[in-house]
Amino acid sequence: MIKKTLNRKIIITIFICLALAYLIVISIVGILMDSSEYGVNYADKLIGPCKEHLFGTDAMGRDMFKRCIKGLSNSLVVGLAASIFSSVVALIFGIASAVLGGFTDKVIKLAVDLCMGLPHLVLLILISCMVGKGAFGVTLSVALTHWPSLTRIVRQEVLQLRSSQYVKASARMGKSPFTIAVTHMLPHVIPAYLIGLVLLFPHAIMHEASITFLGFGLSKEVPAIGVILSESMNYITTGKWWLAVFPGIMLLIVVILFDIIGETLKKLWNPGSGNE
Amino acid sequence: MIKRKNVLSETLRMIILLFLVSFLAFVLIVKSPIDPLVSYVGTESTLSQEAKEEIAEYWGLNDPLPERFATWLKNIIHGDMGTSITYKKPVAEVIKTRFAYSVVLMMLAWALSGILGFIVGIICGIRQGGIFDRGIKLFCLTVKSAPTFWLGLMFLVIFAVQLGLFPIGMAVPMGKLASQVTIWDRLYHLILPVITLTIANISEIVLYTRQRVVEIINSDFILYAKARGENRRQLVVRHVLRNVILPAITLQFSSFSELFGGMALAENVFAYPGIGTATTAAALNGDAPLLLGIALISAIFVFSGNLIANILYGVCDPRIRESEAK
Repeated sequence: MIKKTLNRKIIITIFICLALAYLIVISIVGILMDSSEYGVNYADKLIGPCKEHLFGTDAMGRDMFKRCIKGLSNSLVVGLAASIFSSVVALIFGIASAVLGGFTDKVIKLAVDLCMGLPHLVLLILISCMVGKGAFGVTLSVALTHWPSLTRIVRQEVLQLRSSQYVKASARMGKSPFTIAVTHMLPHVIPAYLIGLVLLFPHAIMHEASITFLGFGLSKEVPAIGVILSESMNYITTGKWWLAVFPGIMLLIVVILFDIIGETLKKLWNPGSGNE
Repeated sequence: MIKRKNVLSETLRMIILLFLVSFLAFVLIVKSPIDPLVSYVGTESTLSQEAKEEIAEYWGLNDPLPERFATWLKNIIHGDMGTSITYKKPVAEVIKTRFAYSVVLMMLAWALSGILGFIVGIICGIRQGGIFDRGIKLFCLTVKSAPTFWLGLMFLVIFAVQLGLFPIGMAVPMGKLASQVTIWDRLYHLILPVITLTIANISEIVLYTRQRVVEIINSDFILYAKARGENRRQLVVRHVLRNVILPAITLQFSSFSELFGGMALAENVFAYPGIGTATTAAALNGDAPLLLGIALISAIFVFSGNLIANILYGVCDPRIRESEAK
């Protein structure tokens, strides 16, 4: 029995390492890639998938495989920045809301409801309209719209902790809410928070791709999955299917990997739910 | 009595939130670099600086923010949402015609994904671990991770381009007069967008229903029912359905926000003339009145979904109802 669980844990850990390695390799290769690698080359435009061009080329003869990798690494960077920002906001708001209670709690709950009141996509469009297009606008709009759900999770966790004996004892001993939050709440919330952060990532990447696809995100010259896919719209009617299929699959793989990493971490951390 | 009071307070809370959300949207748009004056007269106007200032004064562009919001709100309540720059029509009219298209699309996809997802979820839950269950689970996880617009593109590639079964886009055939368009034409053009939106929304309800059914199947009262000799059909009809259907419906109502987002993306892929394409057109052209109007309508849409979900929860679940009555 023990041997079996150990094996399972090891397998999961190896899998997580592999998935992480894949993502890290993509982002490093993408960041280091020179822009001439996916430069314009009219000699071989609109070639289907072949040995030299794994994913084919587009109407300007750019190699789609390299553009995809570069685009994915751009997405990963935007996603990372946005989800870290979002999750820190969520952590602070969640703990503050539960520990301070009263007025703060009401204000934060109201802010959460407000952000969830508009459809996510509309809010993204509104914010990126206000900030302006480009990488900064996308990152900010994705970062500003992903904290509410995580805030709710953190708040719930902390609320449960608040009624525990040692927190009550600590409060009776005259510790300030801030000390209690840092010494007693934070260590308990961190695992749930980290998992939430990992699970936030795929959302951030998908929303980045979505608003870029609609024309609000990264600008046209930057290789990004959203840009590639919206360009492909002009060519798929004439049967250039590879322009849309492969970039989407690459994005799909990244999103699924993050999802699986998050879910497995959840199982590892909370073995009770691992058997479901 | 308690019930009515609860519904009332819920509605009141929603109205307050709606007010705040519209204020948020208003602030976001007013603070954006969109200059309403430039949007209206165009970038190459020959208006003098004084004339521009006069217009700005006349429109109240120099007034403080709360005052502008109050003016806007007053006009909204009177049914005047301004004029759309993109479509050269009153915003209310644009939204009305466009929303009619979108509502058909959304409601079809919503109902389809709800009913199909519920049935599939129940089957998966009862046969947990079987081949069907595993296949569906894999499918759901994949679909959940795929962006809606990419799904739409894939359907376009497969069904419209390669197989030639469906039209590539739009809501009506090209080159046909509006009077000649039959309802079949419209339905024919709706099929692909509806399928896309259905698939994009189905995974959540399937996974949720499955999870609930698995929980229920493993509970003691099911064991007891089995011991009494109930067969599988009786188990499902008497115990599983009753416990699952309400939360599932509630979940489906509270998914209006994702539904709206998915609809906007799907419409852009299929060039479907609904509210989603209008949103992007408005935002790209700096059409502030239309964008505000759409934000308001979408917020109302999401709120009504949440409101129905909350009310359903309270009204239909006897446990919640009784705990509130105490």
